[in-house]
Amino acid sequence: MSLKAFHIVFVVACVMLSLGFAYWAISEYRTTHDAALLVCGILSIVGAGGMLVYGKWFLHKLRGVSYL
Amino acid sequence: MSSGVLPYTVEPHPVWGLYSGKLGTWLFLASEVMLFGGLFSAYVLLRVGAPEGTWPTGEETEMDWKIGGFNTLMLIISSVTMVMAWASLKMNDFAKARTYLIITVILALAFVALKLSLEYYPHWHHGLKPSTNTFFGLYYLMTGLHAIHILGGVVVMLYFIGPGASLWKTNPEYYTNRIECTGLYWHFVDLVWIFLFPILYLMN
Repeated sequence: MSLKAFHIVFVVACVMLSLGFAYWAISEYRTTHDAALLVCGILSIVGAGGMLVYGKWFLHKLRGVSYL
Repeated sequence: MSSGVLPYTVEPHPVWGLYSGKLGTWLFLASEVMLFGGLFSAYVLLRVGAPEGTWPTGEETEMDWKIGGFNTLMLIISSVTMVMAWASLKMNDFAKARTYLIITVILALAFVALKLSLEYYPHWHHGLKPSTNTFFGLYYLMTGLHAIHILGGVVVMLYFIGPGASLWKTNPEYYTNRIECTGLYWHFVDLVWIFLFPILYLMN
């Protein structure tokens, strides 16, 4: 597996972490009403979307590089 | 091979399709998976097996998700800069690759500095040591081992930014492969943190 393929695995893991963190932050916000948690939760969802866009851009940039 | 020159440092091996450095890196990372996998398993089993009410809760552990989250963000960005260094070398832009490597080193050192100053030092100062309870024993072991891996990666990157950079002039493809191997290691170290962050900071 090349760094290109491993980076895609990493991006997928980051997207899952971002969505998991968003779920945690919004759940915590419901009990604590801490606005920072809500902001971080929303930013995390936006970040997950950003990572997906980045992943697509990265694949396009390195389209000539092998996955092996 | 009889000449003493390491074979397949640039071109892939005809049987397994990888150059020697990449194969060696993946074998090393397989051993690392077993090392960290064992520690993660120990954490899960000790936590699940802990008697009711004995595992410290969020407030007792003093784990600040804001510091952990910021450190996570820095490591994610460092993986992006690491892969950009390799991509720049693929496009024959050594100056840009070097800049990306320097940014990666700065982010890595900032991660360790924040960990020491905002987490380890206050924890230790408040009497939260490895001997305090099982959680802190595992916390210091796992995050400490991870921090040592970060510093190991920094040493390798500093070598390729400094004295090791001369290889680019004599054999650019070999140098690019070495940066790819460093990038594989760096991604693994960052991936470990992506698992450490939720179990230590969010699931208490």
